[in-house]
Amino acid sequence: MDAITLTIDGAAVTVRRGATVLEAAQQAGIYIPTLCSDHDLEPYGGCRLCIVEIEKMAGLPTACTTPATSGMVVRTATPAVNEARRDIVALLLADYPDDCPACTGDDRCDFHQVVAYLGLDEQPFRRLHRSIPIDSSNPFFERDLDYCIACGKCVRTCDEVVNVDAIEMASRGYTILPSAFGGKPIVQSNCISCGECVVRCPTAALMPKERRLPAQEVKTTCPYCGVGCQIYLGVSDGQVISVRGDRDNDVNRGLLCVKGRFGVAGYVNHPERLTLPLVRKDGALRETTWDEALEMVAGRLAGFGKGEVAVISSAKCTNEDNYVIQKFARTVLGTNNIDHCARL
Amino acid sequence: MGKLTGLLKRRGAPETHTVLVCQGTGCQSSKSDQIQAALQQEIVQLGLSDRVKVKSTGCHGFCQRGPTLIIEPDGIFYTRVKAQDVPEIARCHLDDGQIIDRLLYQHPGTLEAVSHYHDIPFYKKQQRLIMRNCGQINPEDIQDYLDTGGYQALRNVLSGMTPEQVIAEIRRSGLRGRGGAGFPTGQKWQFCRDSAAPQKFVICNADEGDPGAFMDRGIMEGDPYTILEGFTIAAYAIGASQGYIYVRAEYPLAIKRLRIALKQAREHGFVGDHILDSDFSFDVTIKEGAGAFVCGEETALMASIEGKRGMPRARPPFPAQSGLWGQPTNINNVKTLASIPVILTRGAEWYSSIGTETSKGTAVFALTGKIANSGLVEVPMGTALRQIIYDIGGGVPGGKSFKAAQTGGPSGGCLPADFLDLPVDYESLTQAGSIMGSGGLVIMDEATCMVDIARYFLSFTQHESCGKCVPCRVGTKQMLEILKDITTGKGRAGDIDLLVRLGNSIKVGSLCGLGRTAPNPALTSIRYFRDEYDAHIRDHRCPAGVCQELA
Repeated sequence: MDAITLTIDGAAVTVRRGATVLEAAQQAGIYIPTLCSDHDLEPYGGCRLCIVEIEKMAGLPTACTTPATSGMVVRTATPAVNEARRDIVALLLADYPDDCPACTGDDRCDFHQVVAYLGLDEQPFRRLHRSIPIDSSNPFFERDLDYCIACGKCVRTCDEVVNVDAIEMASRGYTILPSAFGGKPIVQSNCISCGECVVRCPTAALMPKERRLPAQEVKTTCPYCGVGCQIYLGVSDGQVISVRGDRDNDVNRGLLCVKGRFGVAGYVNHPERLTLPLVRKDGALRETTWDEALEMVAGRLAGFGKGEVAVISSAKCTNEDNYVIQKFARTVLGTNNIDHCARL
Repeated sequence: MGKLTGLLKRRGAPETHTVLVCQGTGCQSSKSDQIQAALQQEIVQLGLSDRVKVKSTGCHGFCQRGPTLIIEPDGIFYTRVKAQDVPEIARCHLDDGQIIDRLLYQHPGTLEAVSHYHDIPFYKKQQRLIMRNCGQINPEDIQDYLDTGGYQALRNVLSGMTPEQVIAEIRRSGLRGRGGAGFPTGQKWQFCRDSAAPQKFVICNADEGDPGAFMDRGIMEGDPYTILEGFTIAAYAIGASQGYIYVRAEYPLAIKRLRIALKQAREHGFVGDHILDSDFSFDVTIKEGAGAFVCGEETALMASIEGKRGMPRARPPFPAQSGLWGQPTNINNVKTLASIPVILTRGAEWYSSIGTETSKGTAVFALTGKIANSGLVEVPMGTALRQIIYDIGGGVPGGKSFKAAQTGGPSGGCLPADFLDLPVDYESLTQAGSIMGSGGLVIMDEATCMVDIARYFLSFTQHESCGKCVPCRVGTKQMLEILKDITTGKGRAGDIDLLVRLGNSIKVGSLCGLGRTAPNPALTSIRYFRDEYDAHIRDHRCPAGVCQELA
């Protein structure tokens, strides 16, 4: 690795060349408040909370946009830095509704964590009010722009991560807000409801409609398709209530599609979900064991000649599973009539 | 007076005249195009066509007195000309050689009519380098520019100078960026020249947007050729093959003339492949802005050219390293580029003899507000504000007294009478809490409320903030709300200190120059006119009688 070493708050930190000062600090476990940065997104420098002092650099550069260089000396929490940060947070809070529906009272919330870190003890600014209608048009999440701090994460996620560009920052100055084309409801845009923006929103502006917090999480593989996205199922009272992508996993790096993020709990908990194989006996389907079901299928298949059977496989299976089924079809059943549901 | 009305001397044959009719935006809005058409017609009718030539020009700068026309070779200057004056001008002056007194400029002090424009105080105290051709040449005819020695600088450069020599000459001249920040131009070019890349770009920043500023517009409308020539030389110096002129769409006449100039330059081989048969090729695209003030900020400007939302980004990387489409890019203001040909023609030594120790050359100001002579003014750097305001500007009209001068537009500050003898250059203005800016100079009289002025400028910057960073987006909104409260009698004790604290936070915390300077009008007006703020908050009184709720 091409590495460089810099000093942050007196500690020597070695990072890959090209890392930002923020990444270097995070790697060293040094907390720098930020509301607009995300490791999946390009540096932005909008919230200005990650300002730091860097020797030989004028002013207060933002850690998220400044490349770390060899020998750089960074101080992350000087009085001047924190004073400017407190005014920035006070400005945001003066413009933020008091009753935050996302409030968990702990540092699961980015905004909460930043406020707690800076220890705000006064609100010197004028109270500002916005009253923008909530957009509930999407089946899975709501957008309440009264809580938006215009960090642009949703817009940048839709562009840089998902490549859908369903939303863009609209208007200017104080009235800037994310918007679908023509200011229309989200559901009328080309939004694919993946919810990546909802995950990254640092405030309560984008919230899933299902807001319960799970008692525990279980790591598993998303059952929806063959990609194999790694997810955490949130469970409460024996029921799946939430899904979150595993950011540390190389398959999906936390990203999920609409089905994985918003569809799993629905079908796992559905009363009509099949949990056992069914066989038809006396004109009616009834539950049975896998042994009985497989034996019955094998017996029936043995009665057909070559080419008399067709096999349809599923996109829910992995590539390996699909390979095996076509191998089975061609070599065991002796048929080339093999197809896949993704082609239908 | 008597001698002025007398017959002009005739030397043998009837005298030939050239009538320069201003067709800048200001004069055109007072129908100077109709005046010119009527004049043409009258000349034909009187049979004067063979000895009178009528020529459109760009802005003469004396917009207050428009529509203006100059009759050469005598330099007789007629002001506030109307269409009904045309027959008289044609018959009396052009045919009979009689000067028409009532159309002459009248000295406001002595009430004496001044016939020659060189003798008018407004022009007399100016030194026009950047605007040397404005009001003199036809901005839609390249031949007129060539006749004044135009494109000689480019010829010299391409036939005998290496890019390094050009940069060295510009460095020696001491030219600094006229967009406002005052960065040394030669050094900026050198950075871009040093960046190795197969493709480099040059950009001309013509997105002039400060309220009351129209310097760049005047130059684009009056002498687009100089800008193009300087632009081409800049491209040669840094090694760029493509240039963009980013001009605001609100300047249709400037855009039209730039397009004409570009077409003619291309036809003459000054732009395009193998310019003047050299190995150097360079082409120019004119890009119209879409009405965002922030797009004058160079990183936002480049985003806009790329088709993105015009929002600034953090530096580094600087445009000279990674600019337009990630390639090394050099961005210069209109006036910077317009200075290049004259520097190269007359030499760095000559240029650096004008101005002060650290600020060389001339500064162009758009003089507006409560001033007798509004218009475009060009003076050597270091000229005192008093000279600009009183000698050239004719002082504050209506018997009122001077209160403050605002330089640098919404990013600048309001300086009181104590600073009238301040030499206008980059360092002095910064030290006084204002900035040089790109050249807006707004004069305020005693009937101006400084709190209300601060409120106006904050409402402008708030409206024009791109909204990307919190200090600028929400901070200027807070400052605006506090100033609105003060001007409507709802100011609170402690508001002044709050404005100062917030203003300083915005200055250190903002992403780009817009936010970093937006608090200046409020901060300097507090610094120099704090008693007015006190009167509003404590006594619920507006000393200037402007704030209606407090009247």
